[in-house]
Amino acid sequence: MSRSDAPQPSWRQLGQHAVFPQATHDEVARFDFLMRLNMHLSQAVLPGVKLAYETRVKPAFVAAHGREPADRHEVRRAMQKDLHYQLWSALRRNTMEQRQQAGRSVVYRQLGALRDAADKINDGAATLKLDPAIRSPRYATAVDIHCMPGNYHTEEVPRDIGAGANYDAGLFITTAGALGSYSDGGGQALVDWLKQNRPDFKPRRILDIGCTIGHNAVPLAQAFPDAQVVALDTATPVLRYGHARARSLGVHNIEFRQASGEAVPAADGEFDLVTTAMFWHETSSTAMPRIMKEIHRVLKPGGLTLHLEQPQYANMAPFEAFMRDWDTYNNNEPFWTAMHEVDLDALLVNSGFPRGAYFETTMQAKVDRRLFPAPTGTEAGSQEDYGRTPRWTAFGAQKPQEARA
Amino acid sequence: MSTTDTTLPQPDEIDPVVLANRRAKGKRPNFLDDPATERVLSIAMAVAGELAVARERIDTLERVLIQQGVMPADAIEAFAPDAEAQAARNQWGREYIARVLRMLEQDVQAMSGPQDPALEQVIAELRDASR
Repeated sequence: MSRSDAPQPSWRQLGQHAVFPQATHDEVARFDFLMRLNMHLSQAVLPGVKLAYETRVKPAFVAAHGREPADRHEVRRAMQKDLHYQLWSALRRNTMEQRQQAGRSVVYRQLGALRDAADKINDGAATLKLDPAIRSPRYATAVDIHCMPGNYHTEEVPRDIGAGANYDAGLFITTAGALGSYSDGGGQALVDWLKQNRPDFKPRRILDIGCTIGHNAVPLAQAFPDAQVVALDTATPVLRYGHARARSLGVHNIEFRQASGEAVPAADGEFDLVTTAMFWHETSSTAMPRIMKEIHRVLKPGGLTLHLEQPQYANMAPFEAFMRDWDTYNNNEPFWTAMHEVDLDALLVNSGFPRGAYFETTMQAKVDRRLFPAPTGTEAGSQEDYGRTPRWTAFGAQKPQEARA
Repeated sequence: MSTTDTTLPQPDEIDPVVLANRRAKGKRPNFLDDPATERVLSIAMAVAGELAVARERIDTLERVLIQQGVMPADAIEAFAPDAEAQAARNQWGREYIARVLRMLEQDVQAMSGPQDPALEQVIAELRDASR
């Protein structure tokens, strides 16, 4: 159990850079309120959802059907009538919306200054390659993903970076600081895994697909300073923001490029390492095999691909799968539910990787001592909260040294 | 860097209050049995947030004044805002109300323009290959 008096971080402790939005006293207070509200919902209200299921919803279901719910969809339909679940869900959804409203109100009032700061870094830079021919795919525009108005791609002004600034400012709120002061816990987890499990691996060319603001590409670029990182996304505001952000943090070995993972602008065998972080659930069934085939194509023989995601539903208890599925129906993540049923091993085999190449592991974000000085562990993550804190499943494969015919 | 869309306004022409309250595309689920209760809950939580913000600011203010020993006992009761202060309060008040009543504004946005399809339809579309 987490301690109610455990130290809580403040938004004002976050790492700064040239394009990070500046917040007033009250804006910081608003961010911190929403962060505390998220923690409270996760620690004090969410446990009641499982209790409601165990003590009243499941017994009622069993009484009516003579058996337990068979899958997450039966659990969901039963739980949707439960008042505690309704209230937790309504508060959770509303907190997401409040977080967006708060972030956007901070960003758009200072958009001119933020854009000037980005322009100063981005103008004429060869490492920011935008392509007006690239369109955002249907899966990135069908709904506004995780209730982020305008998604990653919408431009309100010419050369807009607002979507990136809002995303960067708000990651702290939804994760209660557990991704660290630069919200780069995912990228750091990938780096830590590589250092521990592939200590001799020295990638020269790294590709990160679906990079958004590059917050997970930056730790890779820092860990392998001799490597050239290519960070792809289809959305211009996050690419512009991510490029300026990385440069401002002193990271110069990342090229931010507007392109789709379904058509990677690279020659066969160009990369030693291809990564994604929390990316696949924002794609589609059509796009997934296309992207994985591209990953196989651009990987060098002997190269490695590594992906950070939430765990698949196969062999998961119906209640846990139902909880992890919440974002599908209530947080505008429409592919989440189908993605977590995909046979990833088969996906890799069908994309050209040999049978047996698929591997799966777990990763956890390191506690950032700049945000959590007390040596008491990740308070926010010490209790099961169905994917709200940064513990991930990762999967990947190595391409054989000799490319298959 | 060449994608300059001249149809978009410049940063000094946008309205941050309107932009902050933009709804997320996608049909919004109702969680509570009564949609009206859902709206009241949303409004109450926004008010709770603003109360927390105000409380923190007052706390800061009191601590600073006490630290510096500058606040006469009757300073707050004796204060009357001038025109500039009143204008700042009006601007703050507009943002405040927009924030608190965001959900109703987004209901209006949802009813304007093209309607979102059922989310199940999008789930099926993104799941089913070769469309």
